[in-house]
Amino acid sequence: MSQHARKNQLPDYLRAEQERIEAIARSYGLDFFRTGFEMASYDQMNELAALGGFPTRYPHWRFGMEYERLSRSAEYGLSRIYEMVINNNPAYAYLLEGNSLTEQRLVMAHVFGHVDFFKNNFCFRATDEETLGKTVDAGPPRRDYEPIRRWVDRFANHGARIARHIERHGMDKVEAFIDHCLSLENLIDPWEAFRGRVSPIGDADDEAPIEVPRLAAKDYMDRYINPAEYLEAKRKSLEADRERRKRFPEEPVRDVLSFLLEHAPLERWERDVLAAIRTEAYYFVPQMQTKIMNEGWASYWHSRMMTEKILSASEIVDYADRNASILATSPGQLNPYKLGVELYRHIEERWDKGQFGREWEECSNYDLKQSWDMRLGGGRDKLFQVRSLYNDVTFIDEFLTPEFVVAEKLYTFGYSGKKGDDVIESRQFRDVKEKLLFQLTNFGNPVIEIVDANFGNRGELLLRHDHQGVDLQRDYAQAALEALVRCWRRPCAVATKLDKKSVLVRYDGAKHTEEPYVA
Amino acid sequence: MALKIDQDHARFRHIVRGRIRQNLRKFISKGELLGRKGKDTVSIPVPQIDIPRFKFNSQQTGGIGQGEGDVGDTLGNGQEGPGKGKAGQGEGSHVLEVDVSIDELAGLLGEELQLPNIEPKGQSRIRDDAERYTGVRRVGPESLRHFRRTYREALKRQIISGTFDHERPVVVPTPVDKRFRSWKTTSAPVANAVIIYMMDVSGSMGDEQKDIVRIESFWLDAWLRRQYKDIATRFIVHDSTAREVDRDTFFRTRESGGTMISSAYKLCKSIIESEYPPDAWNIYPFHFSDGDNWSMDDTLACVELLRQSLVPWSNMFAYGQVESPYGSGQFIKDLREHFRGNDKVVTSEIANKDAIVESIKEFLGKGK
Repeated sequence: MSQHARKNQLPDYLRAEQERIEAIARSYGLDFFRTGFEMASYDQMNELAALGGFPTRYPHWRFGMEYERLSRSAEYGLSRIYEMVINNNPAYAYLLEGNSLTEQRLVMAHVFGHVDFFKNNFCFRATDEETLGKTVDAGPPRRDYEPIRRWVDRFANHGARIARHIERHGMDKVEAFIDHCLSLENLIDPWEAFRGRVSPIGDADDEAPIEVPRLAAKDYMDRYINPAEYLEAKRKSLEADRERRKRFPEEPVRDVLSFLLEHAPLERWERDVLAAIRTEAYYFVPQMQTKIMNEGWASYWHSRMMTEKILSASEIVDYADRNASILATSPGQLNPYKLGVELYRHIEERWDKGQFGREWEECSNYDLKQSWDMRLGGGRDKLFQVRSLYNDVTFIDEFLTPEFVVAEKLYTFGYSGKKGDDVIESRQFRDVKEKLLFQLTNFGNPVIEIVDANFGNRGELLLRHDHQGVDLQRDYAQAALEALVRCWRRPCAVATKLDKKSVLVRYDGAKHTEEPYVA
Repeated sequence: MALKIDQDHARFRHIVRGRIRQNLRKFISKGELLGRKGKDTVSIPVPQIDIPRFKFNSQQTGGIGQGEGDVGDTLGNGQEGPGKGKAGQGEGSHVLEVDVSIDELAGLLGEELQLPNIEPKGQSRIRDDAERYTGVRRVGPESLRHFRRTYREALKRQIISGTFDHERPVVVPTPVDKRFRSWKTTSAPVANAVIIYMMDVSGSMGDEQKDIVRIESFWLDAWLRRQYKDIATRFIVHDSTAREVDRDTFFRTRESGGTMISSAYKLCKSIIESEYPPDAWNIYPFHFSDGDNWSMDDTLACVELLRQSLVPWSNMFAYGQVESPYGSGQFIKDLREHFRGNDKVVTSEIANKDAIVESIKEFLGKGK
């Protein structure tokens, strides 16, 4: 890193710029980690982006593919990466060589917004290394909050370790295993960090005969007070309870990766690789949970800082042009920058004018609502509170209003077989919100958990897909099962619904089957 | 500057190469690569290489958009670019276009068909002179003065003559000390090669037949270009008379009328005689026809031409017979009969596009 850093040092005029913008950001109340900027050429930028922002990672072809795609689209002028920032303490951000000064200022302002978000949003508490991924306190950070987040080092360590395994076991073997692990990468529990340890409940002695507690009764009353049928039924339910406890795992497990780490017959190097990939997957969870909020927050602040303090009049047009391209919308795609920044502004306005609370909710007079202004001026404080305590799901759930949906022209679309294309389905508030929340829940991944690790008493792994109206994609599911079998080394199956029928999609190491299944 | 990602990128290219190789036969017989040919590269659509995960069926998910439009309007977005987990309508819509150089493609072809490398015939008399600065001499222009050697000579002389002063180590070269770089001329034989394509364009050769010839000649070209540094190509079309054309016309011409194969062979012979002395050139005549020659006399004339000149001159004489609904296809039988045991004459029957691969193998499998 140090050599890299020397080579990519900021020129003096940008360093001065950084100090100026940093001071402005602090004056607005933003609270961020120390942030280091580095210069990167197009090639380096594409490389870094392909590697997810980290200068050193484990070797894998997927990064090469991403690099090819990025450099291709950069060549054709389709896309250009302006900004990249890593959630690390101190934070690292990259500036693209050859950007104009206005653009560099824009990026810096934007980056400070992100770093403030990294530091203060509760989701990112899960990336504090000193708590080992366990976060008990999700409240606002203390004044002297300086967590250990040395993820750049950690990712580099993963890289070194996996490189060593490759040296020992061969590229093909290790890479194939990494492919399998990556296939399972999304089978993690996004709330893992905020869950306490579950201690095993119940008495340890499972072998003792079951005694059904009886009500005290005199001998001659006993058969009326404790009837034999009741005792029998009670005994059965206790037995079932005990059976359930014998089941493994006792409770369904969302974090499939850690289950495999603990229980699958893996070799040591395989365990190490899987552990590294799991750690990295968890690192990216908060960023996926707060995409809209994070980008919106950074955009909100860059536009405030740029227009109020940073820019001179001559730069405004240039800035407006850049800003417009960042916030541009296109059909069929939601721009998280745009949605986020508009929603923040909406919130700020509502809280400034006091458009919240019971009185507001219950008011049905349209005109009154239009001109509602209690001059509370609490918008700014509310914004800082929101950025600390919400994630995308709760953010949308709480602050998306019908007025906002109309003003922002949001709609839902779906695939129409008749037209062979995506078609606008609805502009109703309810539909939009529902779809948006669905998309954000579990960041658009199906919820899948392990329910039985000894399925059919044959040591097979049974997963359950919590079907919410959308099927799994069959071929992908089958391929993912193959990866699972590779780790578990026994047949694996997932219970789901396909074409409205409950089925068990199973792979036994040789062939794929599908059979009707009722749990 | 070398990037760390280069290793991953090379690895990715390696995987892509594997994919292309897997599908090479399909690519060859479909001929779809030819339309995507750039100057030195071909862009190949590779089915998406992806890491499979449990994910939603994209046709059922739909998504959220922002902007104008009424309910029921199509969005008409081909779903390009990095969507943030949004819907796309097709599984196959993410096709990766990969640029592969024709040379690399020929290499893949060679690996896939296990083609042997070609050994250029004999020692070519054409030699190429190359000049390299390897030596040192005492005379020469100032611009070629070898500073270090000159200095050393001067130092040696001063030490021997005792004029060198350790306290004041000044070395002054005189004209005798001067050394100059000099060159040596080396000459190496150069393997030159020419491919002469001949094609029957008589009425019985339809578009499909010509397409087969086009695809096949692309691959023959690619392979031979990999084997020889410089390669010339000539094109002859014939019906009952022959004429030389350029590449474009070669694949476009459509004549009607009869077929006199000997006319093409005669023209081929005169081209070789006048421009490509056989002892200096590796010569590859490829002839494609549907095998329906005008008369037996003409066939005999062809055999005579081949036996006297074309076959002895060439590294290999290749005849590909494309099956057509018309035509007897007799010519290949005649050739086989007259040149039995002569491994310089290679014949191949190409029934349809799927047979192209095998035919390429027959032509190039001997390493000539």
